[in-house]
Amino acid sequence: MAPLDNVAPSRRLLLKGAAAGAVLFGFHLPPRQALGQAAPSAQVPASPAAQVPEINAWVVIHPDDRVVLRMARSEMGQGTRTGLAQMIAEELHCDWSKISTEYVTPGQSLARNRAWGAFLTAGSQGIRNSQDYVRKGGAAARIMLVEAAAARWGVPAAECSAKDSVITHGPTGRTLRYGEVAADAAKLTPPAEVPLKDPSDWTVINTSKPRLDTAAKTTGSLIYGSDLKMPGMLVAVPRRCPVFGGTVRSVDRASAASMPGVRHVLQVGDGAVAVVADTFWQAKTALDALKVEWEVGENGKVSSATIDATLTEGLDAAEAFIGNQNGDARAAIGAAPRKLEAVYSYPFLNHAPMEPMNATVVWTAERCDVWCPTQNGEAALAATAQAAGLPQQQCDIHRVDLGGGFGRRTTHDWLIDAVLIAKQIPGVPIKTMWTREEDMVQGRYHPVTKAKMTAGLDANGEITGLHMRISGQSILSFVFPNALQAGRDPVVFQGLNAGGAEGQIGYSFPNLLIDHAMRNTHVPPHFWRGVNHNQNAIYLECFLDEVAHATGQDPLALRRKLMANHPKHLGVLNAVAERIGWGGPLPEGVQGRGIAQQMGFGSYVAAAADVSVSDQGVLRIHRIVAATDCGYAVNPQQIEMQVEGSFVYGLSALLYGECTVKDGAIEQTNFDTYNMLRMDEMPKVETIVMPSGGFWGGVGEPTIMVAAPAVLNAIFAATGKRIRTVPLKDQDLRRA
Amino acid sequence: MAKLNVNGAVVELDVATETPLLWALRDQAGLTGTKYGCGIAACGACTVHIDGQAIRSCITPVSALDESQKIVTIEGLSPDGNHPVQVAWRELDVPQCGFCQSGMIMAAAALLAQTPRPTDEDINVAMSNICRCGTYNRVRAGIHKAAAGGITG
Repeated sequence: MAPLDNVAPSRRLLLKGAAAGAVLFGFHLPPRQALGQAAPSAQVPASPAAQVPEINAWVVIHPDDRVVLRMARSEMGQGTRTGLAQMIAEELHCDWSKISTEYVTPGQSLARNRAWGAFLTAGSQGIRNSQDYVRKGGAAARIMLVEAAAARWGVPAAECSAKDSVITHGPTGRTLRYGEVAADAAKLTPPAEVPLKDPSDWTVINTSKPRLDTAAKTTGSLIYGSDLKMPGMLVAVPRRCPVFGGTVRSVDRASAASMPGVRHVLQVGDGAVAVVADTFWQAKTALDALKVEWEVGENGKVSSATIDATLTEGLDAAEAFIGNQNGDARAAIGAAPRKLEAVYSYPFLNHAPMEPMNATVVWTAERCDVWCPTQNGEAALAATAQAAGLPQQQCDIHRVDLGGGFGRRTTHDWLIDAVLIAKQIPGVPIKTMWTREEDMVQGRYHPVTKAKMTAGLDANGEITGLHMRISGQSILSFVFPNALQAGRDPVVFQGLNAGGAEGQIGYSFPNLLIDHAMRNTHVPPHFWRGVNHNQNAIYLECFLDEVAHATGQDPLALRRKLMANHPKHLGVLNAVAERIGWGGPLPEGVQGRGIAQQMGFGSYVAAAADVSVSDQGVLRIHRIVAATDCGYAVNPQQIEMQVEGSFVYGLSALLYGECTVKDGAIEQTNFDTYNMLRMDEMPKVETIVMPSGGFWGGVGEPTIMVAAPAVLNAIFAATGKRIRTVPLKDQDLRRA
Repeated sequence: MAKLNVNGAVVELDVATETPLLWALRDQAGLTGTKYGCGIAACGACTVHIDGQAIRSCITPVSALDESQKIVTIEGLSPDGNHPVQVAWRELDVPQCGFCQSGMIMAAAALLAQTPRPTDEDINVAMSNICRCGTYNRVRAGIHKAAAGGITG
């Protein structure tokens, strides 16, 4: 029987702890102590081990041979912690069983001239954009350990080798353990040249090492942000004006102030309020009773219908930003004997990570410390410093693992509010926790867009010109307006570009025009797993399917004709076609088969789906085959898990995902109205991992790009119904 | 004040009686392994056992419970973290972010206690928990693996 081991401290301990806490925070002692956890989990971040000298920024080796690998990227379930450890260990030649990891803080990185590089964990880049320097970190540490051993023996380092944390002097067979020479190695000058292994020599990379963080997730002992406890801590539950951009007109504080456990009723900036109480439930109950009047302004008149009208106007607008063009698509289409046109649309979506937004903050006039799950420690630090009114050097972010991210935790509106709350209660740890309802209506949403697809076809049914007009939101114009290129948002064109690792189109058309009429709304858009690939892949892959069927061509054969100059795109497409048995008879019960491919986040992916649709219009996805060429595969099992997870996320959006706007606010307030795919709807997934080498691609997002179009194309094959508006819950799938 | 039987021990919790069991467990009993995901019994992250039945603690007020009812949370599922479901989960690396997994494991353990060799359809009916990371196929495999290893309940 497990003891009640995380028991809230008694009042006496609380008071004592609160006093001690002030000292701890003032001197910025390791957060593990400051947390006041009765039994800190292995995953609670400790400050980098101060007592044991590091070999370098990435590697600490204890005298007992324990290897601590430091992490700048965040773990949110995608397996980056284990993958990064594999890449360091590959070059470090350490004993895998002795490895643990710890997060560095952005404050520590700031003090060391960004020794750990980027913290941003998004865009499927945790592995691919870290691989060079983390492998070199491991290799440099190994070289120094070997040099230290050679010096102790008085032999040339070239006569020594290292394996499984043991250094061996070849000629004599003498050995020393890493732990025995780590202190000496730490004093050496890092090597100027750090050669890396040839991929053919890898023994740790490209193996399915078990994850380093599974055990605590099976016992409930992993501490997430919402689980944090500190001596004297209070819990804040905020509510922001449900109409984005709205402000507080009045708050009747008395309506909540005397309710049980309530300590403070606060206004937060111009647009939010919060109740601070002893516990979450007390704060939430009081917040529900709190009477607030909002000033919503003109945004209160916005609805899904008004947004749709704006987007529809953009489909034919004269002015648009060009993303990709060759030849003269308009002329080719105008001259074509036959024209095919279709309008598609894609809705707002909420990230809805399982763990609602939260952050624990201690603010004093001298210092602000934050404990939170974030996908970008450095951005969290910048946001905290600004909200705290303190220099970054007097703030820090102590990370915990994320209960899901999907892009939502790359931005820090929730953290800024948490700091603004804590700032009103100096010296007291304040855990700000959002309700699910707040998380749903205060999201940063997948951008809403529509697209008009137009193809000119010659007498043989060949495409003479393709025009793809996208109309809708720009993420960059909201998030990073300085990154716009003369007003143009290049991210809109993910997967449609002429070149580049972030999304090269896989087809060659004799005449092509892809352009974007930017139509923004007051609903804040953000990077959402897969980002603009999600709709771009539907628009292009489903429309090509339309062209194939309209011209009597096989969808795979049509694609192959257009892909002669895109061998890697074609490689994954052929792989799924072969595995699913394209062109062969459909298995029992299957009525339609669909296929799609896309390139993005540095990787090439394709999917093929088998579906059936009952006479009542109920969809069943029987089987999905997915192929990924990510260049190099660090952990094949983790890639399989990301592929499966991408289907769940992508198919949840396809089946159910839609946030609608009424009177300026998001209408969906919880999982009853924003549903997800569950186990009974989960198809069998077969994953082909086919790394072709020579480049590093991401795996966290790419598969989501092809999930929806493969299924939509299969639905057409099964029913003859072309679905151009998602989610499917709003569509009648019954055969016409 | 509520008197509850949690993980084999009767505990007195200083909590208003309308408080959901979830928050009594998390904030008063210090058992944070049980998670808040939605608060409306839609996602299952808060799943615990009451007398062996999987229930959603976020909508179960403590006033509905007394000390005769045995509440088991993820922390009390096994003395050493080696319930067959937990073992299978580790062998298959089921969790991703892990936030829903306490609820998944508790739902799976209750299913296996009642149906030692569940079919896929049994799993579909019993496992309505939401996982945003998308571990469903590994959850299913984990349940079958635990079942094959023998669950006595």
